[in-house]
Amino acid sequence: MAIKTNIEALRDAMASAMRRDPSVIITGEDVGPRGGVFRATEGFYAEFGPARVIDSPLSELSIVGVGIGMALNGLHPICEIQFADFIHPAFNQIANEAAKLRYRSNGQYCVPMIIRAPWGGGISGGLYHSQSIEATFAHIPGLYVLAPSTPFDTKGLFLAAVQAEDPVLFLEHKKAYRLVKGEVPDEDYTVPIGVADVKRAGDDLTIIAYGMMLHETLQAAEALAREGISAEVVDPRTLAPLDRGTILDSVKKTGKVLIVHEDNLTGGLGGEIAAIIAQEAFVYLDAPITRLGGPDVPAMPFSHPLQDYFLPNAAKITAAARRLAAY
Amino acid sequence: MPALTAEQFCHKDYSAALSPDRLVEMYEAMRLARKLDERMWVLHRQGQVAFHISGLGHEACQVGMAFALERGKDWVHPYYRDMALVLALGAQPRHEMLALFGRAEDPNSGGRQMPAHYSNRALRIVSGSSPVATQVPQAAGIAFATKLQGLDEVTVVTLGEGSTSQGDFHEGLNWAGIHHLPLIVMVENNQYAISVPQDKEMAVCNVADRGEAYDMPGVSYDGNDVLISYNVAMEAVQRARHGQGPSLLEAKTYRPVPHSSDDDDRSYRSREEVEMWKKRDPIQCYEEVLRERGVLDDAGVARIGAWIADQVDDATEYAQRAPLPRPEDALGPVYGDRRVAAPW
Repeated sequence: MAIKTNIEALRDAMASAMRRDPSVIITGEDVGPRGGVFRATEGFYAEFGPARVIDSPLSELSIVGVGIGMALNGLHPICEIQFADFIHPAFNQIANEAAKLRYRSNGQYCVPMIIRAPWGGGISGGLYHSQSIEATFAHIPGLYVLAPSTPFDTKGLFLAAVQAEDPVLFLEHKKAYRLVKGEVPDEDYTVPIGVADVKRAGDDLTIIAYGMMLHETLQAAEALAREGISAEVVDPRTLAPLDRGTILDSVKKTGKVLIVHEDNLTGGLGGEIAAIIAQEAFVYLDAPITRLGGPDVPAMPFSHPLQDYFLPNAAKITAAARRLAAY
Repeated sequence: MPALTAEQFCHKDYSAALSPDRLVEMYEAMRLARKLDERMWVLHRQGQVAFHISGLGHEACQVGMAFALERGKDWVHPYYRDMALVLALGAQPRHEMLALFGRAEDPNSGGRQMPAHYSNRALRIVSGSSPVATQVPQAAGIAFATKLQGLDEVTVVTLGEGSTSQGDFHEGLNWAGIHHLPLIVMVENNQYAISVPQDKEMAVCNVADRGEAYDMPGVSYDGNDVLISYNVAMEAVQRARHGQGPSLLEAKTYRPVPHSSDDDDRSYRSREEVEMWKKRDPIQCYEEVLRERGVLDDAGVARIGAWIADQVDDATEYAQRAPLPRPEDALGPVYGDRRVAAPW
């Protein structure tokens, strides 16, 4: 097994899917000769040619809208939104069209497509290159929302996504693209959609996190361990539909839960996870369900002190977990 | 470049090759749609159904287009005024009555969508939504897939002129122009976006004037004349099928009825204007042409009228008797053919 970064694992998965299945094509801004602004499709134009690696006009609505049409007529498009922050013009095509076509046609039509979007902050991206969009889209039935955080999960979930017959929003944390490394099998494999993963076992409390917050949480768990606090870390991996079973099993074991995301707190995914736990595992709880998220300001600011203040990190997670463990 | 006329666009009079039988079939298709539409208004006024949205007056451009296509091979992404189009493509009166009554058997959506949201996989009629113009980039995508797979299907997308104000319209046509796609965009310009007249919708005189921006011919023509509509459609289909790229067609027509069963058009236009357009009724005009050509006479008109009345009665009675969906069918299909858990 080779050690790879998240983006290398993603590139491997996409290339493998395209080699195996000629119906898989890629479209988006700068995905062609440039290989994508993050280099996710580097080398693809040379290998697969202009008919399968299609530079789009600069219009997100149409990247998704055209992708839906391609999916209706025999192709399996991978639509790249250059930054998740720019996905909002395509909201109607995603929420009202791709996600609803199967239901509204009573199963006559389905939309097998993957919409990829680099998300998250911590890279001096300011308001419009740092956003977390998962809560908005996890609210929409008919759409899978995947957020792998490790190279292994990135490749496995992508290869599962490309087999799905319904639209997938595939969220790739942009700070994790090259920062996070891990072992990735050379051969193809899938990580099933809708199955969470316990990234670290523990007994005293459960911390649920994804994206860069997963990695900050794993660091925090190390620090907590040195203090004698055993944290279990659960990575949902699929944000919609959520794997309730894995989350509830962990909470029932530890009795305490901290949910971490960099999305601002109000209306974030943490609220939904907390509601599930409160309803399904209330009698197992030894402390209030606790959330740690970004502040409720319009978006993440640019300047370092402002950005860093916005983001939860290992120290903030450690402090919150320490308080919870002592409750 | 201003919009082309039908004569400028068409290389020949394709309608001259239509047999008398075919000419009469077009007439029947228009009358069937009209009669079914009128019955739907009545059923709504009687309180039997919750909603009706009408394509009345648009029959000529729709039937002209349908007769230029290969049914089940070419793709059609319609909008809510296209009952004549989908019927002429092979949808049955019973299908649309089942949708009107929200019955389980409704082949469009199984009672999930409001009426007039047409869908039929076998006929390659693509399910649409209610936010307007979303179908335009999707249709460009269907046509793009056709081109990438080396097929010779044509894709037709239709919309009202009000919908051309949406960004989706521009973005879809932009792709079609860039990639020279086998796409036909037919705008049914009935001059009103519900109550807003065309001069408050756009600065140009013709939607088709915009074709130049996408390097495609824009054609503005009499959408109340079925033979002109057929000629324009045939020319656009030939172009699309033979790699000559997309066309923007603007069928000028009129909606002599309110926008929907919930609208009252007396608040925004005069009765004189509506009466003037009723004199240009596409079915009456075409009937006169067929009579002049000796293709149709009083007996023929009466025979067709009786046959259509039977069809509409049959569809109405069938739908009235058809069972409603089981309530729990509301739970799916979501993610494959699965159902979600009931929340209670």
